[in-house]
Formats: sequence, structure tokens, C-alpha cells
Amino acid sequence: MKRLSVLMVSVLFTGCGQADLPVTTSDVLPTEVADRLPLSSPRTFGFGGEATDERIAMWDIDVKPDGEGLPSGSGTVAQGKLVYETQCIACHGATGTEGPFDRLVGTGPWEEWPSARVVGAYWPYATTLFDYIVKAMPQLTPGTLTADQTYAVIAYVLNMNGLVADDAVMDATTLPAVEMPGRDRFVPDDRKGGPEVR
Amino acid sequence: MAKKANPPLSRRAWITTTSGVIAAGLIKTQVDAVKIAAQEAATPAQDPTKVPGRLTSELGQRAPAEQPLRLVRSPNLSSSSRTPLQDLYGIITPADLHFERHHAGIPNIVQEEHELLIHGMVERPMVFKMADLKRYPQTSRIRFVECSGNGGGAYNRDRMPTEVTPQSLDGLLSTSEWTGVLLSTILREVGIRNGASWILAEGSDAAVMSRSVPLEKAMDDAMLAYGQNGEAIRPEQGYPVRLLLPGWEGNAQVKWLRRIEVTDRPTMTREETSKYTDPLKGGRARQFSFVMDAKSLITFPAFPYQLPDRGWWEIKGLAWSGRGKITRVDVSTDGGSSWTPAELQGPILSKSTVRFRHLWDWDGRETHILSRAVDETGYVQPTVHQLWDARGERTSYHQNHQRAWKIASDGAVTFGLGDLV
Ligand code: HEC
Repeated sequence: MKRLSVLMVSVLFTGCGQADLPVTTSDVLPTEVADRLPLSSPRTFGFGGEATDERIAMWDIDVKPDGEGLPSGSGTVAQGKLVYETQCIACHGATGTEGPFDRLVGTGPWEEWPSARVVGAYWPYATTLFDYIVKAMPQLTPGTLTADQTYAVIAYVLNMNGLVADDAVMDATTLPAVEMPGRDRFVPDDRKGGPEVR
Repeated sequence: MAKKANPPLSRRAWITTTSGVIAAGLIKTQVDAVKIAAQEAATPAQDPTKVPGRLTSELGQRAPAEQPLRLVRSPNLSSSSRTPLQDLYGIITPADLHFERHHAGIPNIVQEEHELLIHGMVERPMVFKMADLKRYPQTSRIRFVECSGNGGGAYNRDRMPTEVTPQSLDGLLSTSEWTGVLLSTILREVGIRNGASWILAEGSDAAVMSRSVPLEKAMDDAMLAYGQNGEAIRPEQGYPVRLLLPGWEGNAQVKWLRRIEVTDRPTMTREETSKYTDPLKGGRARQFSFVMDAKSLITFPAFPYQLPDRGWWEIKGLAWSGRGKITRVDVSTDGGSSWTPAELQGPILSKSTVRFRHLWDWDGRETHILSRAVDETGYVQPTVHQLWDARGERTSYHQNHQRAWKIASDGAVTFGLGDLV
């Protein structure tokens, strides 16, 4: 407050010359709290409860690229066609390309947006299909597919993409082993910070 | 200064309405009288100094003529809305105008029932209620959140847009003061086991949206945020608690957070493989490109504004960097031939938007105006050609190249460099 009134006075009394205008770019900034705990913190606070194994199992439904987290069960391409035609076709189209929502089939040049950044051309891991579908699909009734239905519909989607044979069976062993064409395309972020544009 | 003559009192209106309601027995107290007078005052034509105003209220409202809105393009379950950048002052985005991006709608969560599970490579797997999280040491900081798809439509060779506003182009950007507990505090509580290097963060929405995040960031400045601009975080922003990863792409800052698994490798979820990866030249694609590089945008003058006359105009805009503080913003008013440092307006905070401004004496001739941000790592916001050279033309996320506005000789403002690209 005090500094401000001094500035205003000086502007008033020295006229309107540019050199006399208060400079605002170097305003003093409030120091932010450091990204750490207060030094007086105890070793642990103890707020919160223990998570039981049952509790963890209830929510720990994700699937890792090596297959960790895949449940038991299995499904065939033929079974998957049935699941697809009753539960997915309305949004993803008869052959997985018609929409109205995301294309599930595509093996064209994957750089062509938006046509081919899809399962068959772009996805690096088949396990991601399980992780995603079991959580998020079908979009209006997510989380309702059984493990068998999920394996089956994945077998069908992979088959439509030409990635597994007509008699393929998907389960916790075969799914992580599916070779995905997109696998070797991905490189981790190679921007290093600093002036370089990457 | 000469005293203004008293404007005529609108006594007639007052007397008729007031006497009318008195006759009807509606005015019993002074408060009743003020209420009725205030209803009259809502007619803007009346002199506000001659009619008592509105009473205090429990919840404030915007002025009737000030109704900035988010831009909703195609409302469906997996979609977005954009912040009206051109309508805002300063750096803070009002919470109800913060941009949205949901993958399966906004979940309806009762905070008393919400729980956060932390497990995996930890000494003590734990479940936290919101009351537990709020008892830990609390911190607040001003940080931007930007979707990495922001600006995706800019300078696409196939469909070069000209009639875009700051909001429709770059409105997937908002800045808030976030309050919560540092994630490092909570991870210290559960105890990280040797060999851990990633976490999986998972939401409680109908997409169970999940992303892998390096443990290093989790232990650095990541926050479990439950407050936004002084109030509880809005449902659209992750109520009752979201992951905040300052300076990183919005999608990784999982909202409605219900689970964190500490792991030794990424999970490779759909949002870090199929989406939010960046095609590069040579058939490759960049993955885990979390940091938002420095960027700036002139928010005034911008489409659809038309400068009514030549002369002095203040060019205004926002600059931000996910790598730290903005140190300089240059403005060009001649299509990028020459550049002048703009004034930066404090506070200049790390990983926050900063206001810049530049006084410009427009001579009435057609030109292009641009801005370019520089951050404390020495990074200079690139031209679109520099970005294409580095990544190829098919890149679609992280489009942080310089934005330009064309000023026509009639003052009309449109987006883009036109033939200069
Ligand atoms: C009501 C419409 C609807 C139904 C039914 C539906 N989906 Fe989807 N699906 C969507 C939408 C919308 C998206 C994109 C969501 C997003 O981007 O957040 C999507 C995305 C996907 C994706 C990811 C595509 C990509 O390349 O990233 C897969 C895989 C998928 N759905 C599989 C299925 C399967 C299998 C079924 C049937 C069991 C199904 N969906 C049923 C609407 C639907």
C-alpha cells in the first residue's frame, strides 16, 4: 500500500514523461510454499485405514502389458462375434469401421488421421483392449461384460483386424502373446527440456 | 467541477407501485418496501442513485450483461467444453468456466463415501476417506491445466481455419488456485518399496479413466487436490479429489481419483497408447509426452473482434510453460519480421499462466500480429515450421507453435498467417 502511494505521488508530481511511469514488470512475488512437508512433521501421521486384500482385489482390475491382472476365463472369435453384434455394433459399426464412434478396425497407413490410428495399425499391446473394455465398454453399460465375454469380443476385434486366426481363443496366456503391428512404433518422450524444439 | 442538476426523480412510478402494494397490504416492513423498490430498480432505465438497490444474498450472481460461457461443440459422453479466454481478466479462471474433458460424463460422487485406495509396491496399503486426506498438511498453489489436444486445429494444412476465437482454438486451458495435500506426503505415509518407478492413477468415473505416471513426478510436485479457487473442487474438475500434475498434460491429471497403484512399469492404458501419443516422422510415435512446452496466445484483439479505428490498442494475452516460469513474451506487429518484448504482469508463477500486454499504435494497414513465449529453460515457442520440421505434419497433440492474427485494413481480425505459412 505504502509503496503504491509513493509511486502515485511521484507520477503526479513529475508529469507524464515515460521515464517516470512506475515499472510493473518486476513486481515482487509472493514466495510459494516449497514442495515438501513441514520440517516438524512426524514420521507418519496415521490418518487413513489399512487396505485389506479383499478390498484391493475389488478395485485392482487393471491389466499390465505382460498379462498381469488378467482373470481366468476364455473366449473364441465365434463367441465374440455374438457379443459384438449384440453389444458393440450400434456404436462401432458392422465391420468396426462405420462408426458412429471410434473405428475398431484399420490396417492402413496409421499416420493418416483420423482413419487408421486404431487397434490393427497403431495399438502397441493387445492387453490394453482388456484393460479398457472391461472398465469402459459398452459405453452405456460399462463394467457389465464377464471375463469370458471380454476375451471373446477381443478375439473378434483382433480377428477383424487380421491379427488372430478364425479359430483363435483368447485367454490370460494367449492375449499378451498377440503380436501387435504398432508395437515398435513407440518411443518414450525424447524431449529433454531446454531450448531445443522437438 | 459544476454540480450536476438533480435528474428528475421517477416519483410517479414509485408512488403508483408502492401505493398499489400498500393498498394491497403487501408492505408490512421496511424490508418489504426495499424488496419491492429493488424489483423496480431491476429495470435498467431507472437512475440507480434514486432507487434503493438489491439486498444482500447468500450466493452472488454475475451482472446480467456479463454471461461468459464455455463452448460446447458436440455434447456427448466423451467430449469437452472450452474456457472463454477472450472474456476473462487476469490469470484465474472462474471455477464454473474451467474447461472440461470427460471420457464418460461427470460422475455423481458423495464425498463422505468416496475413498482413495493406495496399494502395490508399498509398505502399508491404505484406504483414505476425504476427511483423512484433509487432515494432512495442506498446500495451495496457482497452476494451469491444459489438455494436450488444445490447439489441435491450428495450422492443419488440410483445413486451415480462419474464423476461430481464442476460446475455440485454445480454450482447453484454465488456471486455478488448487488446494490439497502433496502426493509425496501420502506416499511417504504408505511407504514406497524399493524398485518402484511408476504409479497408475485411476478415476471413479464410468470410463474408470486411468494413466501411468512416473514416480519421480509423484514425489516431486504432484498434489491430491480437493480445493479450487477457494471452494471445493467442482464436479467437472474431479470432485471430491483429483490428481494435479503441475505443468503436465491434463489427461494424466486423473479426476475423481479412487485408486493409486505403485508399480515398476507403466500399465499401457488406452489413453497412453491409442490416445495422447504423438505421431512423429519416420513412422514412430512419441509416448508419455507429459510436459506442456511453452506457449502463448494473444486473446485481444482476436476474431471476431473488429478494431473500430486506428491508433493505440493494447495487445493482451496469456503465456505459460509446463517447465517453469515464463521469462519473456515477444510480440510482433509486422507478421514476425521484428519482435518487441511485451510487459509481463505479475505474479509470474511457475507452471501458471502469465498475462502479457503490449501497447500498439496501429497505422490502419493490413498486418499480422503474433506472440512467442520464452521460459526459464531458454525454450522459445516455435513457429509452425519449426514444429513440423521436428515432428512432421501429422502431429496432433502438443501443438504449441506461435499463433497469429491477421488484422485487415478495415480492422477485421481473423486467425492465421494466411500466405505467410
Ligand atoms: C453407446 C456406444 C458404444 C457402445 C455400445 C460401445 N462403444 Fe466402444 N466406444 C464408444 C465411444 C464413444 C468410444 C470413444 C470413447 C473415448 O474416446 O473416450 C469407444 C471406444 C472404444 C474403444 C477404443 C478405440 C480406440 O481406438 O481407442 C474400443 C476398443 C471399444 N470402444 C470397444 C467396444 C466394444 C468391444 C464394445 C462392445 C462390448 C463397445 N465398444 C461398445 C462407444 C461405444
